Amino acid sequence: MARLGEVADRLRAKNAGPFWLTIDIFCPDAAAYERVARGLSTAEVARLYGQPTQVLKRFDIPALNVVKISMPRPTVQGSREDRDMHASQWAWLLADLEIG
Amino acid sequence: MGARVLIPTGALGMGFDDAALARALAMAPDIIAVDGGSTDSGPAYLGTGRSKYSRAATKAEWRRLMKARAEAGVPLVVGTAGTCGTDATVDWMAEITAELAAELGQKLTVARLYSDQPAERVATAMAEGRIRPLDPAPEVAEGDFARMTNIVALAGAEQIAAALATGADIVIAGRTTDTATIAALPLTRGVHPGGAWHGAKIGECGSLCTSHATSGVIVIDFDETGFTVEPGLEAARCTPRSVAAHMLYENADPFVLHEPGGHLDVRGAEYAQLDARRVRVTGSEWLPGDYTVKLEGARLVGYQSTILVTLREPRYVENAEAWVERLGGFLRREIERGMGLAEGDYALDFRLIGKSATLGALETSRVVPAEVGVLCIVTAESQERAGEIAKLANPWLLHFPLTDEEPQATFAFPFSPADWARGPLYEFTLNHVMRLDDPMAAFRLEVATVG
Repeated sequence: MARLGEVADRLRAKNAGPFWLTIDIFCPDAAAYERVARGLSTAEVARLYGQPTQVLKRFDIPALNVVKISMPRPTVQGSREDRDMHASQWAWLLADLEIG
Repeated sequence: MGARVLIPTGALGMGFDDAALARALAMAPDIIAVDGGSTDSGPAYLGTGRSKYSRAATKAEWRRLMKARAEAGVPLVVGTAGTCGTDATVDWMAEITAELAAELGQKLTVARLYSDQPAERVATAMAEGRIRPLDPAPEVAEGDFARMTNIVALAGAEQIAAALATGADIVIAGRTTDTATIAALPLTRGVHPGGAWHGAKIGECGSLCTSHATSGVIVIDFDETGFTVEPGLEAARCTPRSVAAHMLYENADPFVLHEPGGHLDVRGAEYAQLDARRVRVTGSEWLPGDYTVKLEGARLVGYQSTILVTLREPRYVENAEAWVERLGGFLRREIERGMGLAEGDYALDFRLIGKSATLGALETSRVVPAEVGVLCIVTAESQERAGEIAKLANPWLLHFPLTDEEPQATFAFPFSPADWARGPLYEFTLNHVMRLDDPMAAFRLEVATVG
């Protein structure tokens, strides 16, 4: 078992407009990408962010060794409840996920 | 006929490398296009109609670009002027431009493209069924538009092309899509539309699609079958990976991009390394659709005051969650007793810096840090009331005990006074599109001579 943060070489989260969050998981090579693409459960990601699984958009992109996951922001950007104006730190919630 | 577009930086205010700009200018571009803003810094800019960057910094960078424009003898376009692209920030940018024209001895034709939407226009469009919510969209009714401080529509390539068609030396555009200022000229010259929009998306953040992300400058050649991208900086390189990866950036779907009048689909795109520094892209597809423009709106929610207190005593650090829970309940009763305010009249929030300030309830780490910052945030209908509540909370944030049976505790205030007025809180109110019969129906163009 390994943690996602150990297998990927970069995690990036960002606003995709004020209402969406997008997370890019960059893998160092094809082997790491395969491991992440196969081991990362979309349902588990949804649970971590408190979202229903069906609202997540997932893109497995072997050409770039990237798995990308987009979802509605858990809080709307800049609203009273929002804690991260650029949605930039949300990716780190994934770092501790066991991906097999 | 193709078009060569010089993009000096990802956003006006972020800077660029002078040698890279000089090298790109020597390539004889047909236009210089730069983005001036986005929603990324939050709703306060659209809410107030002000720029994120200082006037002095904006003017200094715009001076360099106006000199570059004069040297190249081609149009210079800025989109989403002044961070939010309201009429007020277009005028702010036009004022800076007029000052610089006089200082630099340049006589210029300046076109201003205005994107503000009067509330009545949007309410009428809603009544006519021309407003469609995107997913997810805040609930909005016809009467809500008048309560928004600013509403803008995102202009596309058609409106920028109309501004360029005036023969303007400089175009100062209000809110536009990130890509419109780059795609407009190539599209009017009849280049491959998929290539125009795809290249514009790759170029909208300047050198972010290259090996040297902070150098700013890139040059894109658009033609009948696709586009070629090259960094301005001699030492920088574009690779198929660095270029393709930019479709991921700030984009919920890395293969599809919606624009006024259609959408881009890059699933068939091919990225080829031309030489050590350039990448050629072909195969992207533009699919025409309804002419809709995206709307953005902001409204004033209230005013905030904050107090920051830090806890270092291990028992309080460990039990900070329980402490703020107990403190919050106590304060709500005191606020009711002292000020006659019910819970719905204001909001009292706590963020535990060091534990969960960033992720809140989603945080999974249970590490106990050396210290915790407790950021107390009061939101109320006026700054005066928010300040009164914060002042009422002040002694309790300093002394509140974890249990009733212990000597008085005292925590660390970094400032005197402990409370500070944060000012107004704005929120985004729209994630909708508006259908237009004529692209210029929601935009206004003004042309003037300066200098």
